[in-house]
Amino acid sequence: MSEPRPQRVRVTGPPRYASGPRSRRGDVHDQTPLGDVFLRSLLKEQLALAIRVLALIGLTLGLLPIAFHLWPRMADAELIGLPVAWVVLGGLVYPFLLLVGWRYVRSVERNERDFADLVEGPPQ
Amino acid sequence: MSGDAVPGLVAVLAVTVATLAIGTWGLRFSRTTSDFFVASRTVNPRLNASAIGGEYLSAASFLGVAGLLLVGGAQMLWYPVGWTAGYLVLLVLVAAPLRRSGAYTLPDFAEARLGSRVVRSACSLLVVGVGWLYLLPQFQGAGLTLESAIGAPRWVGPLIVGFVVLVNVMSGGMRSITFVQAFQYWLKLTALLVPAMVLLAVWVGDGRPAGTSGGAGWSVPVAGDGAIGLYTTYSLMIALFLGTMGLPHVVVRFYTNPDGRGARRTTLVVLALLGLFYLWPPVFAALGRVYGDDLVADGRGDVLVLELPRLMIGGVGGELLTGLVTAGAFAAFLSTASGLAIAVSGVLTQDVTSRFVGERGPTGSVAAAFRLAAVFAVSVPVLVALLATNVGVAQSVGLAFAVAASTFCPLLTLGIWWRGLTDVGALAGLAAGGLGAGGAAVLNLVGVHATGWPGALITQPAAWSVPIAFATMVLVSLATASRAPVHARRFLVRLHTPEVLEVGS
Repeated sequence: MSEPRPQRVRVTGPPRYASGPRSRRGDVHDQTPLGDVFLRSLLKEQLALAIRVLALIGLTLGLLPIAFHLWPRMADAELIGLPVAWVVLGGLVYPFLLLVGWRYVRSVERNERDFADLVEGPPQ
Repeated sequence: MSGDAVPGLVAVLAVTVATLAIGTWGLRFSRTTSDFFVASRTVNPRLNASAIGGEYLSAASFLGVAGLLLVGGAQMLWYPVGWTAGYLVLLVLVAAPLRRSGAYTLPDFAEARLGSRVVRSACSLLVVGVGWLYLLPQFQGAGLTLESAIGAPRWVGPLIVGFVVLVNVMSGGMRSITFVQAFQYWLKLTALLVPAMVLLAVWVGDGRPAGTSGGAGWSVPVAGDGAIGLYTTYSLMIALFLGTMGLPHVVVRFYTNPDGRGARRTTLVVLALLGLFYLWPPVFAALGRVYGDDLVADGRGDVLVLELPRLMIGGVGGELLTGLVTAGAFAAFLSTASGLAIAVSGVLTQDVTSRFVGERGPTGSVAAAFRLAAVFAVSVPVLVALLATNVGVAQSVGLAFAVAASTFCPLLTLGIWWRGLTDVGALAGLAAGGLGAGGAAVLNLVGVHATGWPGALITQPAAWSVPIAFATMVLVSLATASRAPVHARRFLVRLHTPEVLEVGS
C-alpha cells in the first residue's frame, strides 16, 4: 500500500533523551488547540476513507442498473453458462463486498494506530 | 394433508424446544441490568456476528427472496445484495463510533449527542414504530408458514411465535438471546444449504434440464422499463443500503461489542456470513424455474423454498428436507422477532415502564420493568397481525427499511461526523423523513394503489425522502447554529478516539 515508510534511524548508542517526546494525550482530552488539530485531522482522514469506500460501491454496484438500462443486450450476455446479472449479483458481489470491508478495516485501524502514535509519542 | 404435516410439525416443535432450552440456559448468566440490555458488552466478534446474522435473516430472506427471484427475476437480486451492502455502509459510517458512544439504545445515543429530551422521545417513538412495522410481517409470515407446512389455522403462527419470543426475551434479555440467535443463524444456513446441495445433485442427475418459467426480464436487474423502472430500482437500493444502520434490532447489537475495534470485526464477519447465506436463495429460484411451474402459475412463489423439496424428491427424502426447511423458516421468524422485541422492549423500559416499576431501583426492578415492556412490545404487533391479515409481508419489510433510511440514517451519520448538528435540526429532519417515508408507508398499508409516477413514488419513497431528511437536518441545523450543544466536540472526540488512548468515558 501507499503507507510512507518510517524514516530510517541509525542506532549508534543509547537514546540521549531518556524521557522522549512528551505525550499529547492530555491535549486531546482537554481540547487544547493542539489536541483539536490532532482530532480534526483524524476525523478528516476517517471521513475521507469512508467516502472513498462509498464512492467505490456507488461506482460499481450503483452503475449496474443504469448500464443494463442503457445497453439492454447485456442481459443476454453469459458467464459460465449463466446470465451475467445472476453471476454478478447472485455470487461475485459478496466476496467483493467482503474484500472492500476487509481493506477498509485495515486502513481505518492503521489511521487509528498512527493517531495513537502521534498523540502518545513514538514507542520507546 | 395429515401425512404431509408430520415433518413440519416435528421441525417446528424441535426448533421451539431448542430455542427455549438455549434461552433458559442463558438465564444462568443474566444477573445485571447490563446483561439484560447489552449482554454486559462482552460478546466476542464471532459469536456476536452469528447472532447478528441469526437476527437479521428474517423470513423475508429465508422464504421471500427465493420466491421473489423466481417470479421477478434478476431485479429482485437487489434485495439480498442491498441487505448485505447495508452492513458495509454501516461499517464505514457508524460501527465503531456507535459502539464508543457508550449508549444502550438509539434514543440514548440521540440524547447523549444532542442533549435534548425531545429528540430522545422522537427517537423512542420511531424505534417503536419501525420495530412494530417490522414485527408485523414476521408474525404474519409465521401464520402463513404454519398454514402451508402443517395446515394449521392462520392465527396459530402469530400466537406461537409471539409466546416463544416473549418467554425467551423475558427470561434472560440480551445475553440469553445472543446464544439463541447465534444458534439460529447456523440452523438457517444448514436448512438452506443442505437442501440446495441435494436438489442440485438431483438436477444434475436429471440431465440438467433448462428452465422455462419465470418472467421475460429474468436476467435484467432493473425493475421494468423506462425511467420509472430505473427510479424504482435506485430507490430500493437507497432504502436497503442506508436503512440497515437504522433498524433498531441491528443497532442495539453494536452496543454488545467489547469496543469499537470489536464492532468493526463483528461487522466484517457479518458481511461474510450474510454473503454465505445469500448464495443459496438464487439456487432455489433457478431450480424453481425448472421444476416449479405450478407454483408460479398459482401465484404461490413465496412458498417455493418449502415446496421445492417435495416437488423434486418423493418419499422420505423429500419429507426430511421439507422438515429441515420448515425448521429454518420457523427459526427465521423466531430470531428476527426476538431481536426486534429486545430492541423495542429496551426502549420502552427506559422511556415508559421504568417510571411505573421503580426507576433507578435495584436490579430486580429493572428486570421487572424490562419484562413488562416485553409483554407490551410483543402483544401489540401480535394483535395487529391477528386482526389485519392482508398486509403484504415483503412490502411492509421494505417500508420499514425506507422509514429507517429516512430517519435514523441521517441522524446517525450527521451525529457522528458533523459537529454542527443541533437538536432543532435533528427534530426537523426526523419529522421530514419520518412523515415522508412513514406517510408513504401508511398510504401503502391502507391499500392506496396508484400507477405511473405517483405509484412509484409511494411504493419506493426512499429516493426522495432520504435526501429531504438529510437536507432538512443540515439546513435547519445551520439556521440554528447557536444551539449546537457545547459538549458536541468532546462527544466526537470520544466517538473517534481509538480505545488505546482511553480518552473520555
